[in-house]
Amino acid sequence: MNKKSKTTLGWTAFYLFVILFVIILILPFFWQFMTSIKPLNEISAMPAKWIPGYVHFEFYRNVFTLHPFARYMLNSFIVATSSTLLSLVIGAMAAYALARLRFTGRRVLLMVILSVSMFPTIATLSPLYLILRNMKLLNTYFGLIIPYITFSLPMAIWLMTSFFSQLDGGFEEAAALDGCTRMQTFTRIMLPLIKPATFSVGLLVFINCWNEYLYALTFMTKEEMRTVPVGIALFPSINKLPWGDMAAASIVVTLPLIILVLIFQKNIIAGLTTGGMKG
Amino acid sequence: MKTSSKKSAQERQDAKVAWLMMAPALLILSVIALYPVLRTFWLSLHEMSLKNPGSGYPFIGLRNYIEIFSDQRAMTDIVFTIKFTIVTVVLEMFIGFAAALVMNRAFKGRGIVRAAILIPWAIPTSVSAMMWKFIYNDQYGMFNDVLYRLGIIDGYKAWLSSASGSFMALVITDVWKTAPYMALLILAGLQMLPEELYESAKLDGANVIQRFFTITIPLMKRPLLVALLFRTLDAFRVFDLISVLTGGANGTESICVYAHKQLMSFLDFGYGSALAVLIFIVVFIISLIYMFFMGGDLAGDD
Repeated sequence: MNKKSKTTLGWTAFYLFVILFVIILILPFFWQFMTSIKPLNEISAMPAKWIPGYVHFEFYRNVFTLHPFARYMLNSFIVATSSTLLSLVIGAMAAYALARLRFTGRRVLLMVILSVSMFPTIATLSPLYLILRNMKLLNTYFGLIIPYITFSLPMAIWLMTSFFSQLDGGFEEAAALDGCTRMQTFTRIMLPLIKPATFSVGLLVFINCWNEYLYALTFMTKEEMRTVPVGIALFPSINKLPWGDMAAASIVVTLPLIILVLIFQKNIIAGLTTGGMKG
Repeated sequence: MKTSSKKSAQERQDAKVAWLMMAPALLILSVIALYPVLRTFWLSLHEMSLKNPGSGYPFIGLRNYIEIFSDQRAMTDIVFTIKFTIVTVVLEMFIGFAAALVMNRAFKGRGIVRAAILIPWAIPTSVSAMMWKFIYNDQYGMFNDVLYRLGIIDGYKAWLSSASGSFMALVITDVWKTAPYMALLILAGLQMLPEELYESAKLDGANVIQRFFTITIPLMKRPLLVALLFRTLDAFRVFDLISVLTGGANGTESICVYAHKQLMSFLDFGYGSALAVLIFIVVFIISLIYMFFMGGDLAGDD
């Protein structure tokens, strides 16, 4: 076998592998999407009918009329956006100090913040429940935003610290020569420099908040206050699950995330690789 | 002399600014994260059932912890959780590494593959669990249909009504969601490896396998361990996936699901907190073990 045909064979095998890999990743979504546009009698067809006989959107209407998914999405959006913004603002200051200023206890603090981000949700669940109940914050947006800060803030600090450490020290020296105070250097020079990175961090934090389940399940007991993950998990079923509505609902709630990922995949990967692969 | 005292004044000033800038974050985390964890520990030392507020919630020392070891259900759940953690993490690591090694080259359609990888990671676990629940459905599910058409099974199976079927279903769903993500992290690490090292090893006559074990593995050790640490912790704390896909039936109850039931269904805040503290301690020990193998702290950037 000559070298050229050997590489062609290699590339063919490679592409077969990649295509198989992508099919496995996409297939559940494809199946779910097909289920969501099938007429009811075809959902229970045996053997399974992959391509619907005709397309219908009844299930999509149900998602918004029979089930309050518009409300769930609004709830998720309010809680995730607020937690993310709060974490970014408070986190940026802390991250700048941890990354650029020298003081004793810096490394210990970094470790403490990292360990807080690893706290199991269940370990803070009962006290937070009691506190929120006493403060009458159960079933309120604020009552979910506060618990979300417990994981979103350490995550924001950790990621932004990595981004701040990568910046060139020359900017700060120049700013100091120009008579800027530390705070001015931070707000006028360093913050604008990591703006793109902050966006990546914000996306990751937002997705984490949007997807959170255990706190939302425990602290939002009223149906109209549920977030998307809980709304899906507690999908009303009398005898068996209405799979068509279910499929349409999961397509509706994943669509915003899929669009987010498709548009911002470079930012997301920048955030992921900074946080996970440090060293 | 003068300059050094000026410098230390600057340092003192820096330290002051640093603490000021960190104050809001530290204050908030102390109140909403550190205090609750300590409080959970305190609750675990008390008999505290919200169903029985008249008891006065007496201090009972370590009795809740002793109870865990005589609680058959808790023991079974711990064994299941450890089994689930080991199986999923090992599978995700091997599949992730293999996929990353294959894809570590420039090729057409890379962007599409990357997006396809990110989507399972980005959607809520409860949504993917629901999606797969329908896929495993004994009559109308895709899983039976695909396996039957491929000739792997000779009849439809009720995957979620047996212990082994449920375990397999959980593992497949978890691996589907996170192995691609592992591949992505490992791929990013592979792309940072210096090409020259491989070139010079090639010149020295090292073959592919030798290059893999002498260059790739040692240089990838740290990023791999970091990714593995996070995956192990996630797997051990598994809650969403199990509570939606199997509800803990057929011997698939994780320790976290059980602790949540004790707390929020049985309203036993004392015993439930003891279980939560146990999870906390195990998570802490897992982190220490990984850090030992990493040979230093995670914050080691300088």
